[in-house]
Amino acid sequence: MIPVREALEQIRAATVGLTERAQFMEVCGTHTAAFFRSGLRGLLPLNVRLLSGPGCPVCVTPVGFVDQAVALAQQKQAIITTFGDMLRVPGSDVSLEQARATGAAVRMVYSPEDALALAEKTPAREVVFLGVGFETTAPGVAWTIKEARRKNVRNFSVLCAHKTMPQAMRALLVAGDVRIHGFICPGHVSVITGAGLFSFIPKEYKIPCVVSGFEAGDLAAAVAMLLRQRNEGRAELEIQYRRCVYMEGSAPALALLDEVFEPADVAWRGLGVIPGSGLALRAEFAAWDAERKFPGLTLPAPREPAGCRCGDVLRGVCLPPDCPLFRRRCSPTTPVGSCMVSSEGACAAWFKYGGTMDGVEDNMRNPSAGG
Amino acid sequence: MSDDVILLGHGGGGELTRRLVAEVLAPPLANPVLAQMDDAAEVDLDGARLALTTDSFVVDPLFFPGGSIGTLAVCGTVNDLAMQGAEPKYLTLGMILEEGFPVADLRRIVADLAAAAKRAGVLVAAGDTKVVERGKGGGVYLNTAGIGVRLPGVSTHVRNAQPGDAVILSGTLGDHGIAVISQRQGLSFETTLETDAAPLWELVRPLLERFPKDIHVLRDPTRGGLTAALCDVTTAAGCGIRLHEKDIPIRPAVRGACGLLGLDPLTVANEGKAIVICAEAVAADVLALLRDHPLGRDAVRIGTVTDKHPGLLILETGIGGERILLPPAGEDLPRIC
Repeated sequence: MIPVREALEQIRAATVGLTERAQFMEVCGTHTAAFFRSGLRGLLPLNVRLLSGPGCPVCVTPVGFVDQAVALAQQKQAIITTFGDMLRVPGSDVSLEQARATGAAVRMVYSPEDALALAEKTPAREVVFLGVGFETTAPGVAWTIKEARRKNVRNFSVLCAHKTMPQAMRALLVAGDVRIHGFICPGHVSVITGAGLFSFIPKEYKIPCVVSGFEAGDLAAAVAMLLRQRNEGRAELEIQYRRCVYMEGSAPALALLDEVFEPADVAWRGLGVIPGSGLALRAEFAAWDAERKFPGLTLPAPREPAGCRCGDVLRGVCLPPDCPLFRRRCSPTTPVGSCMVSSEGACAAWFKYGGTMDGVEDNMRNPSAGG
Repeated sequence: MSDDVILLGHGGGGELTRRLVAEVLAPPLANPVLAQMDDAAEVDLDGARLALTTDSFVVDPLFFPGGSIGTLAVCGTVNDLAMQGAEPKYLTLGMILEEGFPVADLRRIVADLAAAAKRAGVLVAAGDTKVVERGKGGGVYLNTAGIGVRLPGVSTHVRNAQPGDAVILSGTLGDHGIAVISQRQGLSFETTLETDAAPLWELVRPLLERFPKDIHVLRDPTRGGLTAALCDVTTAAGCGIRLHEKDIPIRPAVRGACGLLGLDPLTVANEGKAIVICAEAVAADVLALLRDHPLGRDAVRIGTVTDKHPGLLILETGIGGERILLPPAGEDLPRIC
């Protein structure tokens, strides 16, 4: 990793005389948060603009999924187990946190294994784990489901909303709502899948890609690499995060995913249903699939909150402050949309770090959205 | 309040707690003493300058590296007094026990409590015990109330911060919160971290005695961490504070655990750290005095009070950028990835 100052110097040099503003999308929510937290976002020249992409797993989970989880707790008396940042995501009527306050059994866990252990400890109750996340978290869930089968734990199941990255990026490019001059590709996903997963983007769409790490120095270097590609007229897949990422991924993790899951057409908040962009449990694991195990739930028609622009934020079409609810009705205390809930969410990051200091917001915001 | 039931976040010490107090609790109880809204209330009785406070303890798990709920029940309350410039004198102890709770565990908790009280120089002067049915409590809940005597000529209210003041922190951040969370069910990562829980009067007394007028604010960054404590200062004093990220001491283990869990070390709880805001002229002496004491060995200056950006707490990041720190919303949620 080169020092941040050196990378910033390279960025400055590369943007002198740039006639068109360079728009780069950081796909991953952890990158979004890191750009803000480190203060790097405010140090970039005005003619480099960052857009947040659909890479925060909580943010892209549709409202109907929360409704399903709430219904499982309320109608089937299941214990819902979930990572913490799903708790406050608003459903059509209530969030899991609100359901818990009125008696639903909702437990925060730190790993799917803990949910399985809970199922073993409480054989009289159904325990449902909410499978949310990208290729980074899905292997752990796959392993846990296999463990449940091996131990024959029948009161454990997974409500699966796992998603995979590449098809969502393709959908963004096909929709063409936003001009993207380069992608900062997710580092942790690439550890599992291998960076090669993203090679179709430069190949088919002629857009530069750099897989980046999560330190300020990593991200500054990744931006510098994207600018260099742009100035040299190249569109290639490069790896900045060399200490962790290779072109090939983790073979055992990929085999595990393939054994337990199959690609499925799933709904993304803001992007709609994208073919082949999700993971569903294979038929042989149906006994651990909450969707198949608990048919006939009464669900409200999923209602996106009125006025919420999470969907546009997730596609990079607008920035959080462009949403009429931002900082008014929608805040981390009373989130209206999912992007305000997770620490990885673009709206939460803007709320927390975007600030109102003179100059700083302008610098982070840059001119108009859309491109 | 638009939300019509209590959520866990209402006890998180952040924005939800503030609203619960401001909208539900404070209006019917309003009086001039309560209106001070500090960690401890200043009351004068027949010429005695007292400080009065109370705190409840519902920590999970009950035992964690370096202490237990018993340690906290003393430290939390005596530190609220100490931060008001008051020498802690007496505590009351209320216990809500759950049917079936092992007496051996209760003995350990009371032993920790006694040890901490001895160290803090306070007497447990009165107590109460209630037992609730099995399943209706978390094993043991404790409440302590404390009374202390304020040093003459001292005022350490958060509103006293003045532009130009130095912001000093007595040691590393986040040790307590991460030590506790490391023991939570389902999250057993190995760490050598211990809670920093300690009574702070012995640390701050020499400062107050030597610089009674120049120590402007004392605050312990408990629930909500450094960020919540300093946001209280910027709001109450109507001034800004600039912090230097590179100067804020955080152990690598805390930084690592926070990274893993998606927590911000600046909002993680501490139980044995003091924030001292003092006149610039005495900053060097204050630092030296703090470092003379074992509890303040790692004391360091982390920032400055400013008349620019009133009401805002701003962090200058390690790479030279800056960001605004806002008070945490409520219970911090560990993230997915």
